[in-house]
Amino acid sequence: MIEVENLSKHYGDKLAVDTVDFTVQPGIVTGFLGPNGAGKSTTMRMIAGLDKPSSGRILVNGRDYRSAPAPMAELGVLLEARSVHTGRSARNHLLALAQTNGIGRRRVAEVIDIVGLAEVAGRRVGGFSLGMGQRLGVAAALLGNPATVVLDEPVNGLDPEGVLWMRTMLKSLAADGHTVFVSSHLMSEMAQTASRLIVIGRGRLIADTTVDEFVANASSSAVTVRTSEPAQLRDLLLGPDSTVSSANPGTLLIHGRTAEEIGTVAWRAHLPIFELTVQHASLEEAFMKMTHDSVEYRSTDNADSVAVAA
Amino acid sequence: MNTATTAAVSTRLAAGTAEGPQAGAALRVTQRRVLLSEWTKFRSLRSTVYTLLTAAALMIGLGALFSAITAGPAGGFEPGTTATSTSLTGTFFAQLAVGVLGVLLISGEYSTGMIRSSLTVVPRRLPMLWAKLAVFAVVIFLSALVAAFASFLLGQAMLSGQHLDVALSDPGALRAVVGAALYLTVAGMTAMALGGLLRNTAAAVTTFVAVFFVIPPLTNLLPTTLTSHFVQYLPSNAGAMMLDGSYGVVNPLSPWTGFAAMCAFAAILIGLAAWRLDRADA
Repeated sequence: MIEVENLSKHYGDKLAVDTVDFTVQPGIVTGFLGPNGAGKSTTMRMIAGLDKPSSGRILVNGRDYRSAPAPMAELGVLLEARSVHTGRSARNHLLALAQTNGIGRRRVAEVIDIVGLAEVAGRRVGGFSLGMGQRLGVAAALLGNPATVVLDEPVNGLDPEGVLWMRTMLKSLAADGHTVFVSSHLMSEMAQTASRLIVIGRGRLIADTTVDEFVANASSSAVTVRTSEPAQLRDLLLGPDSTVSSANPGTLLIHGRTAEEIGTVAWRAHLPIFELTVQHASLEEAFMKMTHDSVEYRSTDNADSVAVAA
Repeated sequence: MNTATTAAVSTRLAAGTAEGPQAGAALRVTQRRVLLSEWTKFRSLRSTVYTLLTAAALMIGLGALFSAITAGPAGGFEPGTTATSTSLTGTFFAQLAVGVLGVLLISGEYSTGMIRSSLTVVPRRLPMLWAKLAVFAVVIFLSALVAAFASFLLGQAMLSGQHLDVALSDPGALRAVVGAALYLTVAGMTAMALGGLLRNTAAAVTTFVAVFFVIPPLTNLLPTTLTSHFVQYLPSNAGAMMLDGSYGVVNPLSPWTGFAAMCAFAAILIGLAAWRLDRADA
């Protein structure tokens, strides 16, 4: 479990994280979502005890991580892909980390197997691809079979098979009762992996919710209708709370009316309908909307954080 | 295929659990374990071995060269040197390689990002610095001791042609040989502290070379009335008193006082490096 309380971090004048509060629960995958530069990595570095909070505090499994007697049993961390000396072999890198906490060579061999690096474990890390580097980072995070796992952009640089592997692994860790906290700037990735979401933008907490709620709250429902009488139907549906647009002849996109309302209106007017589809807003769209709002509330600056996210 | 993968990963992660870690009352950071880890780090980089060999070659080779010149036709001892110190002249060149290695063992962690991994598994941080210093000190002392004996024996053999040589049993000779190893050890630890303090290879190496190699000879350009008050306390001059020479220092410290001064300089820098490691963001 990770408890973040009133957390802030300044770098000089810049406020990277601004009084953020949230809790990451065990047993599920929690996504940490935000545009690049939102403060995700800074928060994760503070969780790992690498950066000191300017104010507030973080508890990992109920205590300050820096005073944990067996850190590797508490927390496994994948920060940047390359937190590795390039001149060392993967096996020796893992062995050196393992030895600090009294973890043996057998567990080192085991995590090398789990992440699928057995064939290259003796090679120097400098020659590794980005994906192999990510796998090595995951191996390091798993060494102590920690109660809590924190991974910063773990699917970066992975091929499709690697992405699938990563998702499967994160879910099975959560199913085993671990606390799993994963950051991403890719909303679609989070939709497939996480069940809860912590969303931040410009260092501030925007949402602490489930993936389903997040989409439902942030999206305006839209309905696509295909009809032979688009003009008549549009006139009937237009109102103060609804908008109608048309991308193709014979197809309308309606915001502000439910599918039931639209179907009933068309039936009463004897208008033929060939298709009636509710458009589920994607997590991507929900996220864009939400961070865009957060930028507008703080409209003194330009809206670059949203542009970066895209 | 998806479910098959899930099942496989699940089993293997679970196997890891059965293995122990989570049950792991055994998991714990101890200074001894961090020492073992730093030893693994040290021996698993090729560059460390090469740099050590370079240091030994400089020490033995230049000791032999200076001894040969001294025993040669235009020879004779330089002022402030003896048969013992001449055979150990290579120490001052070997310190460059030792210093670079000391710096790199820490600054290399910062430049590659390894430091984040190292400090995440030892979040108290300081045990890592102590372990690095200890592993480095032991390795340097033992290798330097071997190289110092070799330099002494080879140098004396060359000086013996002109009957300028001394024996290891002569007064001060053994202290000088062991002193050369101690000198290199403390110089290396000073460099390592600089690497930790500055976190940048170029800055730390430049500082080390300036303080130990460039500035001391430059002080000879200043009037003696001025330099006689402080040059004996420069870390390289102070430590060099262990090597049975005064090297032109006007008010030389006694060997062990000089060595103590050199150690004090190292201790201050180590303290600063520890302070920065503990307090600053990694």
